[in-house]
Amino acid sequence: MRDSVTPIEAAIHLGHVSKVFGKPGSEAAYRAVDNLDLDVRPGQMLALLGKTGCGKSTIFNMIAGLTEPTSGTVRVSGRDPFGDFDSFRGKMAIVFQGDRLLPWRTALQNVELGLEMLDVPATDRQATAQLWLTKLGLGGHEHDYPHALSGGMRQRVSIARAFATNANILLCDEPFSALDESTAGRLRAEFVRLVKENGKTAVFITHSISEALEIGDRIVVLKRPAKIAYDVSFDSDTGKEERELIRSRIGEVLAA
Amino acid sequence: MSEAVPHAEPPQATNRLLAAIKRAGTSVLPFVVVILLWQFASLFFPRFLFPSLIDVFWRCIEIFSSGAMFADVLATVLRILAGLAGAFIVGGLLALAMVRSRAVDNFLSPILSLFQGIPALSWVVFAIIWFHGVEFRIFFIMVMTTLPSFTFQVLGALRAMSKDLMEMVFSFRPTRMKLFRVMIAPAILPDILTAWKVNLGNASRVVVVAELVGATGGVGYQLLQQQQLFDMAGALAWTLQLVFFVLIVQGVLTLIENTAFRYRAVSERAI
Repeated sequence: MRDSVTPIEAAIHLGHVSKVFGKPGSEAAYRAVDNLDLDVRPGQMLALLGKTGCGKSTIFNMIAGLTEPTSGTVRVSGRDPFGDFDSFRGKMAIVFQGDRLLPWRTALQNVELGLEMLDVPATDRQATAQLWLTKLGLGGHEHDYPHALSGGMRQRVSIARAFATNANILLCDEPFSALDESTAGRLRAEFVRLVKENGKTAVFITHSISEALEIGDRIVVLKRPAKIAYDVSFDSDTGKEERELIRSRIGEVLAA
Repeated sequence: MSEAVPHAEPPQATNRLLAAIKRAGTSVLPFVVVILLWQFASLFFPRFLFPSLIDVFWRCIEIFSSGAMFADVLATVLRILAGLAGAFIVGGLLALAMVRSRAVDNFLSPILSLFQGIPALSWVVFAIIWFHGVEFRIFFIMVMTTLPSFTFQVLGALRAMSKDLMEMVFSFRPTRMKLFRVMIAPAILPDILTAWKVNLGNASRVVVVAELVGATGGVGYQLLQQQQLFDMAGALAWTLQLVFFVLIVQGVLTLIENTAFRYRAVSERAI
């Protein structure tokens, strides 16, 4: 069930990627990612699953261009996200673990942030931000500051902020982990619908097997230091029994 | 038999008015006590020690209404604002350089700490020896005495910025200008306003010392004249000009804070 895609076709390509924190070779050096190969095809929703500290966030930061790999190549749409940092303006959007809203901006102004970076005229970006807030059920809260919103509402603003730029690639780092299960479930379903509707390529980091099964059409399980221990693809036709088999296999891999 | 009348709640507007009067009364009370004590002392001591505050009041009016005297107040105000602006701009640039480079930080931090230990009066002496122009001397003294404080406060604010928020803004690939406008400036503004408030008080004290030596106008020069005439009412009136200036600027800064930081959540329970 391993996914095979050539780097040319891949929306995201990681080839022999390693990341060492601290001086390589020294005692203090910590290898967070070890010779990782991973390709994500356009339109795919990849769930990266692994225990805490297995290097998921490091991979995430390398794909986002926020961290440079120690060795190997990272390519997003064929370009280096760290070296060609600015060329990804408006092409990649991130939903972080916390909402990370700017406290001095209203909900509407927070959603407008990415559009401001793209020099979208004020009236257009306000209309787009308003549209996404309404889509996510936040109509009437446009002018509220983050402190006046609940945790679920703030996270919805951060999702709206990511979608508003219409970026082709979405990176999500456990965006619902801080929410209660019922709110997280609702937002998760909404998120999957929006990603599918808008034809995005998404990498979704999680440590929950259920969440990975619910969100991804491909699950990659990582073992420390960030090596692929299991890689499985499935679709809406995958039956309940087969999904249960995948769930138990992932459980075994994680427990091993 | 009389019927019990339910106790009527005073209207909310009255409550608010009473609370406002109480607040105003509490903040005014210490000044009233000091004024009364001074006025009481003026009845028993000679005029050159404790002049009547009525005399001081008329001297203040004289300063406000005389063009030449008010020009002295304005000169001092401009010297303070120019010195603070100069120190803020240089300090801000130094702080930016220090936060970007550890080497610059390691080089500048000890120098700024050294400057912090030099008394204002020493800078006055240095300025007199090094420079000729009076205005440049005063500007130099104002900048050198407030520069370390501005630099360290801006540096602290830059370092305290949330890494998470910075990463989030970076993920949208901003240009340097946009990063500064949407993230850095709003994040450090509270500390900048605090730095201005703190340095304003320092600057208003230092400017008088700077004007005592060499200046031919300004509040410091006028204070020197009052000292030579043994005119306590005049000395108080000129001192009050600086106090009024500091209070006005503090008020403006508080107004900016109230407008710019309306996004902040207010806890119902005070510290």
